[in-house]
Amino acid sequence: MSDLILQYESGDEMTVNMGPQHPSTHGVIRFIVKTDGEIMMDADPDVGYLHRSIENIAEKCTYEGFMPYTDRVDYVCAMTANHVWAAAVEKLADLEVPERAEYLRVISDELNRISSHCIALGAMAMDIGAITPFPYALREREYINDLLEELCGARLTYNYHRIGGVGWDMTDAWRDKALRFLDRFEPIIDEFNRLITGNPIFIKRLADMAPFTGEEAIDWGFVGPNLRASGVDFDCRRDEPYSVYPKLEFGVPIGKGEHGTTGDSWDRFWCRVEEWRESSKILRQALDQIQGTTKGEFWNKPKKLKPKGEAHARVEAARGDMLCYVVGDGTANAYRARFRTGSFNAMQAIREKSKGLMIADLVALIASLDVVAPEIDR
Amino acid sequence: MEAADIYSLLQGGYEDAVYEFTPAADGIKDAFCKVKADRLVDVCKFLKIDTRCRFDFLQCVTALDYPREEILVSVYHLYSYKHRHSFVLKVEVPRENPMVPSVTSLWNTANWNEREQYDLVGIQYTGHPDLRRLLMPDDWVGHPMRKDYEEADDYRGMATTRYSVLELLAAYDKEHPQTEGERPRIVEVDPDKE
Repeated sequence: MSDLILQYESGDEMTVNMGPQHPSTHGVIRFIVKTDGEIMMDADPDVGYLHRSIENIAEKCTYEGFMPYTDRVDYVCAMTANHVWAAAVEKLADLEVPERAEYLRVISDELNRISSHCIALGAMAMDIGAITPFPYALREREYINDLLEELCGARLTYNYHRIGGVGWDMTDAWRDKALRFLDRFEPIIDEFNRLITGNPIFIKRLADMAPFTGEEAIDWGFVGPNLRASGVDFDCRRDEPYSVYPKLEFGVPIGKGEHGTTGDSWDRFWCRVEEWRESSKILRQALDQIQGTTKGEFWNKPKKLKPKGEAHARVEAARGDMLCYVVGDGTANAYRARFRTGSFNAMQAIREKSKGLMIADLVALIASLDVVAPEIDR
Repeated sequence: MEAADIYSLLQGGYEDAVYEFTPAADGIKDAFCKVKADRLVDVCKFLKIDTRCRFDFLQCVTALDYPREEILVSVYHLYSYKHRHSFVLKVEVPRENPMVPSVTSLWNTANWNEREQYDLVGIQYTGHPDLRRLLMPDDWVGHPMRKDYEEADDYRGMATTRYSVLELLAAYDKEHPQTEGERPRIVEVDPDKE
């Protein structure tokens, strides 16, 4: 200890260990931080504490049997991880999905996206010291958890999507409940903006902090809200359409640098708030259009599932587009499955960006990129 | 642009580097072509810089293990935000000495992708600035995603297998003096009767 203090006093770099058990690393991540006073010289992320080798498990169980494991790829937004696995296997095996199932997938995905952003935004505000927005965001998330529990029986790891459809149909009563939730939730977005997004202290804290230009964001492989905050106009749902998204109208919020540089931390926060609105729009349309589909047709259960070949699918998850690459060798198990997730790419950019930032900004940077540890480690 | 057009572009300048174009058909849903390992960086550079291709986003690096053919395959999924098209490259290297040149100089995102695949499958990405294990501990032995990987019995004295609960119960049945070889029964108590 005395050596460390001596180093510090002589103006040398000091190495500080942050994590793995640190409340603001959103899971179990460790940073080895080299500092000079309050300024970081380097922050080397050490990941892998949550590695469960999910890709290896995929080789050891059947295509259908792997579905519950995909929940664990990203437990904050498990529905889209379900979706990407189902989409990749369906593409590989040329399976048709009933229209009602596609609507149910979109509805469950978007509900889960809202609840995931509730965690991201609430936790980000809390990480930099604003505690009040967190319970407000979590209150809304509880309503969604209740809705999804009624739909599929689970509050966090849903296991709802199936190869060829979804597990259960929705009832009319559930639809009314979902619409009632949207009526309630839409005014809450403005309330949330008044509470934190437009708060001058909050803006001052985050504007101009760790901005990524559009080229940088693409180079680091940013996806989803992180990419859009940097001014790149791309959304998987609109530009690489899948499911029934082409039938739905929605906007894609792009970071404009309203309070500083384009792609700064405030832009990333703002993009997620605006995605709440767009998700809510999508949900209203999907809940309306699903009325035109046949009740009870929600799962084309494949009789034999032994595909051969390879395919990749992309789905817009809450943390950006998630890619799943499956190789089949004609047996009931996948030969190789690979998940490329948004947090994984965002995490590796932190090391470059942390140079020259204050230590307190590291926490805000992790939170603004919405990094979730299980998604990095899988 | 379609995958076949991209391949014919590649054949124009790099006919000695690319081979075996496989179009999307039957099981193969994404067309791919194979690249010779020593020319990979040149081909990727062309695909990234050429205005007709502009593959600015390296979506994913995957390593595949084929023990029967004795090869490892490094797969690159490329995507272009400008033209909204995608392409897949494959590099085959022998299993004994798997050396693939790193593409970190072209896409920063390759850094962790290649580290992960090195860690799990064991492809050596030459020229990588920081080729360490990413997910497994630094002193882990072997590459867990190889098809012939066998897990060691312990890691630093910690057992890697766990007893099955059923086996433990069977042992309990036999050894516990009160059960006399039978599994203990749960007696249900009705609270109303008392």
